[in-house]
Amino acid sequence: MPRLVSHPDEVKIVTKRFGLGAAEINRYVELGGYESAKKCLAQGPEWIIEEMKASSLRGRGGAGFPTGMKWSFVPKQSAKPKYVLVNGDESEPGTCKDHLIFLHDPHSVIEGTIIAGLAIGSKLGFIYLRGEYRYLIEIMEKAVADAYAKGFLGKNIFGSDTEFNIITQTGAGAYEVGEESALMESLEGKRGVPRIKPPFPAVVGLYGGPTVINNAETIATVPHVIAMGGAAYAAVGTPRNGGTRLFCLSGHVERPGVYELPMGYNLRKMIYEVAGGVRGGGKLKAVVPGGSSTPVLLPEEIDIGMDFDQVGKAGSMLGSGGVVVIDDTTCIVEFALRTISFYQHESCGRCIPCREGTDWLKKSLTRFHAGFGEAKDIDNIQYLAENMMGRTFCPLGDAAAMPTLGFVKKFRKEFEDHLNGKPCPFAKHVEIAMV
Amino acid sequence: MSAETMSVFSPALAARFDLLVEKYPLRRSALVPMLLYAQDEIGYLSDAVISEIAHRIGITELDVRNVATYYSMLRFKPVGRYNIQVCTNISCMLRGAYDLFDRFQEELNIGNKGVTPDKIFSLEEVECIGACCWAPAIQVNYDFHDELKPELVPGLLDGYRGRALAESEAKNA
Ligand SMILES: Cc1cc2nc3c(=O)[nH]c(=O)nc-3n(C[C@H](O)[C@H](O)[C@H](O)COP(=O)(O)O)c2cc1C
Ligand code: SF4
Ligand code: FES
Repeated sequence: MPRLVSHPDEVKIVTKRFGLGAAEINRYVELGGYESAKKCLAQGPEWIIEEMKASSLRGRGGAGFPTGMKWSFVPKQSAKPKYVLVNGDESEPGTCKDHLIFLHDPHSVIEGTIIAGLAIGSKLGFIYLRGEYRYLIEIMEKAVADAYAKGFLGKNIFGSDTEFNIITQTGAGAYEVGEESALMESLEGKRGVPRIKPPFPAVVGLYGGPTVINNAETIATVPHVIAMGGAAYAAVGTPRNGGTRLFCLSGHVERPGVYELPMGYNLRKMIYEVAGGVRGGGKLKAVVPGGSSTPVLLPEEIDIGMDFDQVGKAGSMLGSGGVVVIDDTTCIVEFALRTISFYQHESCGRCIPCREGTDWLKKSLTRFHAGFGEAKDIDNIQYLAENMMGRTFCPLGDAAAMPTLGFVKKFRKEFEDHLNGKPCPFAKHVEIAMV
Repeated sequence: MSAETMSVFSPALAARFDLLVEKYPLRRSALVPMLLYAQDEIGYLSDAVISEIAHRIGITELDVRNVATYYSMLRFKPVGRYNIQVCTNISCMLRGAYDLFDRFQEELNIGNKGVTPDKIFSLEEVECIGACCWAPAIQVNYDFHDELKPELVPGLLDGYRGRALAESEAKNA
């Protein structure tokens, strides 16, 4: 069982039922569960969307799109059925928050899915989990079955004449399937290759019907927004960045773990107070603030509030909430190489800048780290990454190029230290062999 | 399936598949789950498995293969009874994943994607498994082991070896 952590600065909204046995449906109900869904059933779609807009909740999957606005894009009338699709593919390195939600509070995901369904007028929702999360899929399946048995799902939810159903789905290993259009392809039984946009999923999505796709944490937050009221939820965070978020602190910190903190919480405090500082009193070298695809920040750049706008202004992204802390025993060239190896492995190969670009970057960095780099290679790596940006079919190309650019620009000196056959200045030299 | 007796799957799995294909708005939505569940039972996607799944969904074998080759968990060769997947991605790497991976290689005397001669274990370096805050993390089949240290590797392997032995004894009894 993954270890739960706690800190006095946490504001427990989404995590408030963690560790309380809420995976069991009666316990969830006892703790106030499913009241929000009932309220939404009574209030109707316009009211739900207004509350969601007032909450300024932004998507927790990475891009930070305002959830209320996303839902409002779904056409009211549609010849084809509409769908809700919950994205639990959670594969961005550094991110493990949805894991805890599925484990400790599966009914919050179900309840949020029902509410999303009521808001857009859908009768069917899908909850898609990455294939590696088998034990969590089993927890979700049981929770769904229990919700049917209680009449919270099915033909007449909560005794009303409204129908809503949920199907849980397993993936089978693929980061790219987390991209929303690739996710729909996978759910339709195909390779996870993204679709061209527009049309956007809100108009033409799953099986050609209008579809709302949200991250699992976003969906699990929805019942709390309804329970608190949109305005009260918004007040917890910063302007345009409502509420809290689950920050996954990992790497070289004293107390790694998933902490729920208000949006806009100071990054330096998050590392030094909440997570107990750099392990063993070590020295901070760099921070990857929002999952492996977000550009690295230097120690002098971490006095920022962790919300989408402030991290954006600092030249990086809040991303998926994965804060990876790196101390000064780490070789950044090696870290950059491990990062690009991942994107090279996961590129679906559909477009050339991403397929070839990630491959070239991996090759250059491998050679470089092994001590066979030349001065011009540093510029070449930068040139390659710059030319991938904005030229790919889906954002994976950018996700690979952005961190690489950050490492080369901010740690150029360290790249230079690897030049001309000089051995890596860091003691441990690892073989990165992922193919 | 026309003749259920011909199925390569156990009666329980075959029954589960009968329901699964009817569950979605589109039959082939069952494809990815079926491939994974079939692999869990048979060990890998053999020709017979692919053929039966194609038949059950009503698509070509080529179509099934085309989809199956996309997903990293799906495989076309058997692995060990216990497949050890060591995450070496960034959060795990920072907390010693490569030392851990080395230790597994030494203890098992196999490399990446290797299978032990007794077929009890196989070893694989994998990408992030969503346990970054509990790094270094591994999965043995679907079981997570968090915050694993190299010195705990022999004991962990002994545990699984014992389970494999007990299983084969139970089968022979
Ligand atoms: C390559 C790639 C991988 C992604 N992986 C995930 C993922 O694992 N989980 C997720 O929720 N969103 C992921 N996303 C973002 C989704 O495309 C989508 O924006 C998100 O699920 C929308 O939900 P939200 O608005 O609630 O954030 C990924 C995007 C890209 C480009
Ligand atoms: S950017 Fe990469 S992952 Fe996205 S479509 Fe192109 S090749 Fe595929
Ligand atoms: S990086 Fe290893 S589990 Fe995420």
